[in-house]
Amino acid sequence: MADLNELLQTPLHALHLELGARMVPFAGYAMPVQYPAGLMAEHHHTRNAAGLFDVSHMGQLRLSGPEAATAFESLMPVDVIGLGLNRQRYGLLLNEEGGIIDDLMFVNRGSDLFVIVNGACKHGDLTHIQARIGGRCTVTPQFDRGLLALQGPQAVRALQRLLPGAESLVFMTGRAFEWEGAGLYVTRSGYTGEDGFEISLPAASTEAFARALLAQPEVKPVGLGARNSLRLEAGLCLYGNDIDTSTTPVEASLGWAIQKVRRTGGERAGGFPGAARVLAQLDGSEPVTRKRVGLVALERVPVREHTELRSTDGQSIGEVTSGLLGPTAGKPVALAYVTPAHATVGTRVNAIVRGKAVPMEVSATPFVPNRYVRG
Amino acid sequence: MTTKYTEDHEWIRVEGDTATVGITAHAQDALGDVVFVDLPEVGKTYAQKDVAGVVESVKAAADVYMPVSGEITEVNEALRDDPSLANSDPLGAGWFFKVKLSEPAQLDALLDASAYDDFAKNA
Repeated sequence: MADLNELLQTPLHALHLELGARMVPFAGYAMPVQYPAGLMAEHHHTRNAAGLFDVSHMGQLRLSGPEAATAFESLMPVDVIGLGLNRQRYGLLLNEEGGIIDDLMFVNRGSDLFVIVNGACKHGDLTHIQARIGGRCTVTPQFDRGLLALQGPQAVRALQRLLPGAESLVFMTGRAFEWEGAGLYVTRSGYTGEDGFEISLPAASTEAFARALLAQPEVKPVGLGARNSLRLEAGLCLYGNDIDTSTTPVEASLGWAIQKVRRTGGERAGGFPGAARVLAQLDGSEPVTRKRVGLVALERVPVREHTELRSTDGQSIGEVTSGLLGPTAGKPVALAYVTPAHATVGTRVNAIVRGKAVPMEVSATPFVPNRYVRG
Repeated sequence: MTTKYTEDHEWIRVEGDTATVGITAHAQDALGDVVFVDLPEVGKTYAQKDVAGVVESVKAAADVYMPVSGEITEVNEALRDDPSLANSDPLGAGWFFKVKLSEPAQLDALLDASAYDDFAKNA
């Protein structure tokens, strides 16, 4: 384990320590894995009220200039040019083989594209983006800004007291706010399956704003441990576990992220790294050999990442990439890659846990229903 | 009746030729909310340091080692049904299993309470 003293600190570091957080190394930062309430209580509080997450380790960057959308679209299989003003979308940076370099969120703010990438990938992403499109638009990293997530059914009630008007945002839209002289950018989105917001703000204002949120009766701090159990129940991929440079969007069951306009026959079909392979996988002309699925265990035994999966007749058919006992689902849930023949919902498979077969069933995701506010 | 501790953060309470085994308060605190335990089979014999079970929180899984050699005489079925006993009462109702000692001399090398406290503080 890295020495905690050698790690980077987010703008909330002192607040985490004051709140009694257990700090762990994550993406090069010292991050709170849980507070004294514990993972389980933090998980349930987010599903029932509102949880505040420090996600300042993630990478924020701006792409600006008249060609920014066209240029960014050349790196991803998604529709960037057609994204409406103030709208947010999920995107995927791909390599030449169609493997996923990172997954990200971006907003069309009119004057720029505001992009949020994974903390562990941010320096590599910046290098990649600058090398590929740095000549066509201005790429401005904002790695020093703070990023907070406020998630849960009561998030809107708490946030609108500080930022009147936040309630008028709908899922996957964003807007600028001012709070005590600081410029904030808020989107209604998140990584828990709940209604909620992500708030980008200057480092110097991050602690004061976090304290103001924690002073609201609905809000408690939530660490990375519950962030992981919440996102897994929501069926959302964790980069590095469920997707990486060896998985394509189609293998990862992320075909929904590829809009029609970029697919074969679309107006702007292809033209992104790995397009030949990804589009062939998408239309079935190059069948995939594995597919990401959700799994639910039929016994109360947690099934964790790297657990081998076998068919009911004993053949090795894949591997779990994320798995835990879902606190809200009330049963073990997992994401896994299996052969396409075993990827249909309802298929029985066995997970080999400590030499014993634990029966599982391929399940639709999310494991806990989403509660996004779509307006 | 004496209680000893291991560097694997387990306790072993000895009464005659049998002993009860569980995880320490420090261990349950480090793991967090325990959601699953896998207990050994009654009647099975294990050597010292063999993996005899598993304790899992949402976040992590840890092996439970045999602190001494012997035969399993009883396991805590109540813990299987309610793994949170390992958090709420780790040294009492949250016990894991009982073992009939085959080499009682192994106990001598285990830690006493104050030696374990020092060890856990620096862990």
